[in-house]
Amino acid sequence: MTSEFILEMSQISKTFPGVKALQEVQLNVRKGTVHSLMGENGAGKSTLMKILIGIHPADSGGQILFKGNPVTIHSTNDALGMGISMIHQELSPVPFMTISENIFLGRESTYGKSFWVNDKEMNQRTEELLNQLEISLDPKMLMKDLSIANTQMVEIAKAISYNSELIIMDEPTSAITEKEVKHLFKIIRGLKDKGVSIIYISHKMDEIFKISDDITIFRDGQYIGTKHVDELDTNKLISMMVGRELKEMFPKEHAEIGDILLEAKNLSRKGFFSNISFNVRKGEILGFAGLMGAGRTEVMESIFGITKLDEGEIFIHGNKVNIRHPKDAIGHKMALLTEDRKLTGCFLPLSVRDNIAIASMDKYTTSGFINPKKINTECAEASIKLNVKTPSMEQLIKNLSGGNQQKVLVARWLQTDPEILIVDEPTRGIDVGAKAEIHRLLCQLAKAGKAVIMISSELPEVLGMSDRVVVMHNGKITGEVKRDEATQERVMELAIG
Amino acid sequence: MKSESIVEKKNNEQFKAMLNIFMKKYAILLIFIVMVIILSILSPAFLRPRNIMNVFRQISIIAVIAMGVTFIIITGGIDLSSGSVVALVAVVAASLAHPNQFPLIFAIIGGMLVGALTGCISGTIVTKQKIPAFIATLGMMIVARGAALIYSDGRPITNFTPSFDFISGGYIFGIPTPIYILALVTVVSHILLKHTKFGKYVYAIGGNSNAALVSGINSTRVVIMVYTYAGLLTGLAGVMLASRLSAGQPTAGVGYELDAIAAATIGGVSHSGGIGTIFGTIVGALIIGVLNNGLDLLNVSAYWQQIIKGVIIVGAVIMDKRKNR
Repeated sequence: MTSEFILEMSQISKTFPGVKALQEVQLNVRKGTVHSLMGENGAGKSTLMKILIGIHPADSGGQILFKGNPVTIHSTNDALGMGISMIHQELSPVPFMTISENIFLGRESTYGKSFWVNDKEMNQRTEELLNQLEISLDPKMLMKDLSIANTQMVEIAKAISYNSELIIMDEPTSAITEKEVKHLFKIIRGLKDKGVSIIYISHKMDEIFKISDDITIFRDGQYIGTKHVDELDTNKLISMMVGRELKEMFPKEHAEIGDILLEAKNLSRKGFFSNISFNVRKGEILGFAGLMGAGRTEVMESIFGITKLDEGEIFIHGNKVNIRHPKDAIGHKMALLTEDRKLTGCFLPLSVRDNIAIASMDKYTTSGFINPKKINTECAEASIKLNVKTPSMEQLIKNLSGGNQQKVLVARWLQTDPEILIVDEPTRGIDVGAKAEIHRLLCQLAKAGKAVIMISSELPEVLGMSDRVVVMHNGKITGEVKRDEATQERVMELAIG
Repeated sequence: MKSESIVEKKNNEQFKAMLNIFMKKYAILLIFIVMVIILSILSPAFLRPRNIMNVFRQISIIAVIAMGVTFIIITGGIDLSSGSVVALVAVVAASLAHPNQFPLIFAIIGGMLVGALTGCISGTIVTKQKIPAFIATLGMMIVARGAALIYSDGRPITNFTPSFDFISGGYIFGIPTPIYILALVTVVSHILLKHTKFGKYVYAIGGNSNAALVSGINSTRVVIMVYTYAGLLTGLAGVMLASRLSAGQPTAGVGYELDAIAAATIGGVSHSGGIGTIFGTIVGALIIGVLNNGLDLLNVSAYWQQIIKGVIIVGAVIMDKRKNR
């Protein structure tokens, strides 16, 4: 039976420690078509693609048929060998090598079987490739001298150079301009004509409708459905993406909403966000919704003094403040629970106690010397209060589970006694129990009169926890919705821009 | 019967877990003790008090440098300039120690200040210019050597006031002065690292510099202070060396930086930052000292000693990697 499908994935599941990322999902891609994957952040699109190209192994029980034959893919090389290549969302050029060296990285042309690299042949082949794609760049240019858009185009050329029959494009247009998108679409149509199939991942609705033949929708690690593009419109698509019942319970408590604590006016940072204005009041939880890369994290980093603002003013208690370093922000009673626990949160080689104490050392020291009794008891109390599961305070934080690490970091910030608490994806990658505890805590903090700003890419969380939701798209605020007006559809519409 | 065996098994497991923790914490000390036992069996002269004091005296200069280097490595940096700075300090201190010129304390303080200044410069370059410590201190290593040669005109500076000899050659209650100096530096460094806010910040910066920034730590200031403190101790080591050699030798101290780094590394100070103790570094320095001394007593050739030392340094790091897995 020769199938009309080039790729048939069925019953694919993937479990990460504590999280079921994919539950028996399927994906069937027809030969010579563009097949788009849609879903919110964390719906499972990227995980599925990583399974397909051999970065993650799937749980047992699933099956992948490529060109009708069952295959097992253990590595990216396996995938490339079969004719599957991927353009990753995050580009990884080698900056001080030329375009042709980058394209042929790991499979350089050589003179015969020797180890002398044949630069001439590589440059020539690259030139042919670029000409064919109508990209006017010199193969001998260094990658570091290319614009992001051109870097992206080179990545696309690289993926095509493998002569793959199936190319996965993960957000290929996130960094390029309208004109280049048109160019890319032309390339995609050319590939289609040659019988190449494309799996296309993007959050941009207009693109999806313009380029796709079929669309498969995922939600919360589950397969929702596959539709021909003619059967869908934006509204239908959004409702399939977000159409879950909001059955999860959030411990939202009534809190007295008071005066404005923090106000941001026209904040801009070139290349990241512009014209950001919002305020948050005492007792309020202000949600920040949007897709990944919308610029929410960058705004908060600038407010906290990690990066410099180009323009804009920040007011706390109505007074203009000048925050140039996080220590200034902490001085103004702000706290920032960062998005990436490992990268900007935990001190992995240090103990639970030191991880809790580090942002409020002045409390435990007299003229620089630590009061061991004070630091031990206060940190132990904080850890007990947040229900951190650790055998001792001396335990290294790297030995704790993600949820417990997160609780330690929350404890760290509560020790600084903040009035304004910014939490960035506070429950990402942690188990359900710890998640509920953190939700409860945030509500209690609001009730105690703190202002909470919560960035979250999980719609139910944002809707369930926030009093107001600010939605960002592409570095700009696209809307603000009150709690009683906020629906998944409304927020998703604004997030898509 | 059956339940007893379960209890036994559980005890056994607990014992194993405790042993594991103990081994992780004190593996390096254990190695040291084993070395001492083997050497004392092989050579009866080894355990004589005179010999033991000799070992301490020999390691004192390197160990004082290694205390400061420990701070630097914990922040994730390195210091290649210690050996040259020792020479620079030695000639400066020697020139301040001529008889009937200044009080002796001038030579000591002056030498230490010169050391601190070099550290302060290196630390400033590392933080403000964001130059890798390897390169910044490589530059300082070459510059300090040149400065030592210029200052001394390339010749040893001699003619000290006799009391200057006391720093490295004297005895208090029958114990050599350098041992007191080393003990003092060790205690101060340990307190600084373990019992002050500064020390916690040192670990935090090396453990995760991004998180340190978010936590409001002024890393620039802390790192400059770390290099300055290390320079101060290197300065003290330079004074000790001038006293021991009875001369400010502009060509002295070659390779000291590597010995100091080796002591810290054997002692479990991690070059990826955030991990290490003063206790470990002292044991590391002792291991090197005992090894040198023991191999000498056993008449092992100096050439073979080099090979053994090199193997032990790399072996220590391999072991460290394993236990941290």
